Amino acid sequence: MKWRLIKDKLFKYSVILFAFAVFIPLALILFDLVSKGIGAINLEFFTKLPKPPGEEGGGILNAIAGTFILISLATLMAVPFGIMTGIFIVDFKKSKTAKFASFSVNLLQGIPSIVLGIIAYIWVVLPTGKFSALSGAVALAIMMLPIIIKSTEETLKMIPDYLKEASYSLGAGYTRTLFKVVLPAALPSIASGVLISISRIAGETAPLLFTAFGNPFLNLNALKPVDSMPLVIFKYAMSPYDDWHRIAWGASFVLILFILVMNLLTKFYFSKKRVKL
Amino acid sequence: MKDRVLEVKDFSAGFGDKTVVKNVSMEIYKNRVTSIMGPSGCGKTTFIRCMNRLHELNEQAFHKGEILLDGENIFKKNPIEVRKKIGMVFQRPNPFPTMSIYDNVIAGYTLNGIKLSKEEKDKIVEDSLKKAYLWEEVKDSLHRRGTFLSGGQQQRLCIARALAVKPEIILLDEATSALDPKATAKIEELIVDLKQYVTIVMVTHNISQAARVSDYIAFLYLGELVEYDKADTILTTPKDERTEEYLTGKFS
Amino acid sequence: MDKGVKRILKLTGYLFLILLAGIVITLVYGSAASIRKFGLGFIWGKEWNPVSGHFGALPFIVGTLITSFLALLISFPFSMAISLFLGEYFKKGLIAKIIESATDLLAGIPSVVYGFWGLMVFVPVMRKIEMKFGILPYGVGILTASLILSIMIIPYTSSLVTEVLKLVPSDLKEAAYGLGATRFEVIKKVILPYTKSGILAGLFLALGRALGETMAVTMVIGNRNAIPHSLFAPGNTMASVIANEFTEATENLYLSSLIEIGLLLFVITVIVNYIGNKIIKRYSV
Repeated sequence: MKWRLIKDKLFKYSVILFAFAVFIPLALILFDLVSKGIGAINLEFFTKLPKPPGEEGGGILNAIAGTFILISLATLMAVPFGIMTGIFIVDFKKSKTAKFASFSVNLLQGIPSIVLGIIAYIWVVLPTGKFSALSGAVALAIMMLPIIIKSTEETLKMIPDYLKEASYSLGAGYTRTLFKVVLPAALPSIASGVLISISRIAGETAPLLFTAFGNPFLNLNALKPVDSMPLVIFKYAMSPYDDWHRIAWGASFVLILFILVMNLLTKFYFSKKRVKL
Repeated sequence: MKDRVLEVKDFSAGFGDKTVVKNVSMEIYKNRVTSIMGPSGCGKTTFIRCMNRLHELNEQAFHKGEILLDGENIFKKNPIEVRKKIGMVFQRPNPFPTMSIYDNVIAGYTLNGIKLSKEEKDKIVEDSLKKAYLWEEVKDSLHRRGTFLSGGQQQRLCIARALAVKPEIILLDEATSALDPKATAKIEELIVDLKQYVTIVMVTHNISQAARVSDYIAFLYLGELVEYDKADTILTTPKDERTEEYLTGKFS
Repeated sequence: MDKGVKRILKLTGYLFLILLAGIVITLVYGSAASIRKFGLGFIWGKEWNPVSGHFGALPFIVGTLITSFLALLISFPFSMAISLFLGEYFKKGLIAKIIESATDLLAGIPSVVYGFWGLMVFVPVMRKIEMKFGILPYGVGILTASLILSIMIIPYTSSLVTEVLKLVPSDLKEAAYGLGATRFEVIKKVILPYTKSGILAGLFLALGRALGETMAVTMVIGNRNAIPHSLFAPGNTMASVIANEFTEATENLYLSSLIEIGLLLFVITVIVNYIGNKIIKRYSV
C-alpha cells in the first residue's frame, strides 16, 4: 500500500525533473548567445561589409540585405500560390485533385530542406548557369508553401456557411463572396500563418548552400548570389578566425531575435486581431 | 383582389435520393405575411431556401417543378437576379463580422459591384435601418463593427441589409428562434410593419408567433402541403385532421 | 467572372500537384546517371571515393539511421516527461506556460545556430570527456551529433505527444481514479495504453524530422565518409554529405550520386512521415 504511493510520488518528481531538464540546454545556448552575441553588435555590424579573412572588424550588411531579399522573394512566390491552393482544397473538396492535394501537403512538409535545395539547384541554378538569390528563394518558397496552405485550409474550414449564405442571399456570386466576405474574415489568421512560415525559413541554411551560395559583397540583384544570415553563421563558424566567430555569435543573436519577434507578433498581435465569428 | 407575387407549381425538392418537399403548389400574395408551419423535419426550411435558390448550393440538392416570380420561372433566371429580388434572413443572425454596421447595410450593393454616391449610400442606410427599427439604436455607431450588438439588434441589422436592396420578397427562416422573448416581440412587431414595403414569407415552428403576425398560413407535413389558407381560418377551423393535431400540440 | 475565378483556382490546384510530381521527377532524373552506373548496389556500396569514381551510400545511410534513432532514444524520456507535465500533471497555470515557452524557444532556434553552439561549446566538452576515457578525442562525431539532434527534436515530439495525451477522455481517467488508482497507475494502465499508437505516430514524425536535419549535424559529425566503427567516431549522414560536397561535385557522376542520396533521403522521409500521418489520422477519428 505504502509502496504504491511512493511509486506515484517518485514518478511525479521524475516527470518534473526531466521536464525541467530542457532548461539546461536552453539556458546554456541562450547564455552563450546573449553574452557573446551582444558584444559583437555595434553600428558597424549592421552597416559594414565583411573584412577579408584575418582582418578585424567589418559587419554583415551583405547578409542582412540578402536575408531580406530572400525572404521577400520567397514570400512573394509562396503567399499567392499557397493561399490559392488552400482555397482550392476547401472550395473544391469533393474533387479528387483537391483531396490528393490536401493529402500531399503533409508530404511536401516532410521533405528535408536540403532536398529542396537540390530541386532549386536543378530548376534554377542549372538553367541560368549561376547561383542566385532567386534560386534560394525558390527553395525557401517551397518550404513555406505547406505552412501557408494548411493555415489557409484550416481557417477557411472555420468560416461558417451561414456567412457565405448571407452573401449569396444578397445576390453576390462566388468571387465577390470569396473576396469580400470569406477572405476578409480569414485574413488575420492566414496572415499569422504567413508570419509563422517566414519565421520557419528565416534560419534555414541547408537549401541555400548551393543556391543563394553566399556573397561577401552587397548585392541587390535577384539573379546574382546573395549572402544570408544563416549562411554567414555557417561559413564563419567553420572558419578558424576568432573574429569571424565573434561575428557569427552576433549574427546568431540577431537571427534568433528576429525569429522571436516574429513568433511573439503572431502569438499576441494576430490572436487579438482574429475576427470574432 | 389578391395580387400574386410568387406561384409555386407542383414543386418537389430534396437531397440525393431523399425528397423533402413533395408536389407543393401554392401562391404567395403581395404585401402579405405568409407563414410556413409544420413539425421539424417537414421540409419547410428546404422549401423556402428553394424560393431564392439557396437550396441548390448544396451539392446533393435537387428540385422539380416551377416557382414563378411575377410570372417568370426563377429556375430559368440567373440565380443572382433571383436572390436580389428575394432576400433572406437566417435563423442565426449573420452580419458580416469584418464590416461596419454601415457597410453591412449596403453590402447588397458592394457585393454586387454596384457603385453608389455617398449621399445615395447614406440615404439607403438610414432608410433601411429606420424600416428595421434599428436606426435610433445605432445611428451614433454606424462605423463600428456590428459584432457588439445584441442578438436581436444583429437580426434587425440583417433585416435592414435585406431591405436595403429593395427586394420584392423577404424570406425569414426561423428568424427569431435564436432570440430571447423581448427581442422576438420586437421583430414580430417589425414584421407586421414591414409588409407595407415587402412581401414576407416566413418559416416558424412557433404557432402563437404565426398567429400573431401572419395573414396566411401554410401547414406542411412530411413534405406535403396539407393545408393553406387565411391565418384565422386555419387557426380556428382547420379542415385537415393533421393540422388540428399539430395545432393542439399532438406532434412537435 | 465566377467561372474564370474557379478555373484559375482549379489550375492552381493542378499546378500544386505538378510541383510535387516535378520534385519527384527531378530527383529521379538527376540521379539517372548514378542509378544506371551502380544500380541497387548504390545502397549497400561501402565506398565513397570521388577520385576513383566509386560511389556507395551505405556509410551515409548508416550514419543517418544511427544518429536519428540515437537522438530519438535520448530525447524520448525528456519529451515524454514534458508531454506528461503539460498534458496531465500541469495542464494550466504559470509553470505550464513557462515549460511551453521553453520548448517553443528551443523549436525556434535555427539548426545552424545549434550547430554553431555545438561546435564552439559542446564539442570541446566532448573532447575532454573523450580524453578522460582514453578515446581518440575528436570531439565531433556520431554521439555529438545525436546529442545535439536530440535537443532539437524534443519540442517536436513533446508537442505532438501532448496533443495526443489531451485526447484521452476524462471519464476514462475518472473511472480509474474512482477505483482508487494512483496517478502513476492511471498513466501506466489507462493513459499509455490508450495513447500508445498516438505516441508512436509522434515518434515517427519526429524521426522524419531528425532524418533530414542537416546543418547542426553537418557541423558536429566530423564528416568522414566511412561506416562509423564506434559512437565516438566521426561519420556523415545523407543530408550532411550533400551539404558538404554538393558544390564541390564538378563531375557528372559525382553530382548524380549526391542527387541520388537526396532521392533516397526523400523516399525514406516520405515513408516515415506517411506512416506517422496515417497513424495520427486513424487515431484522431
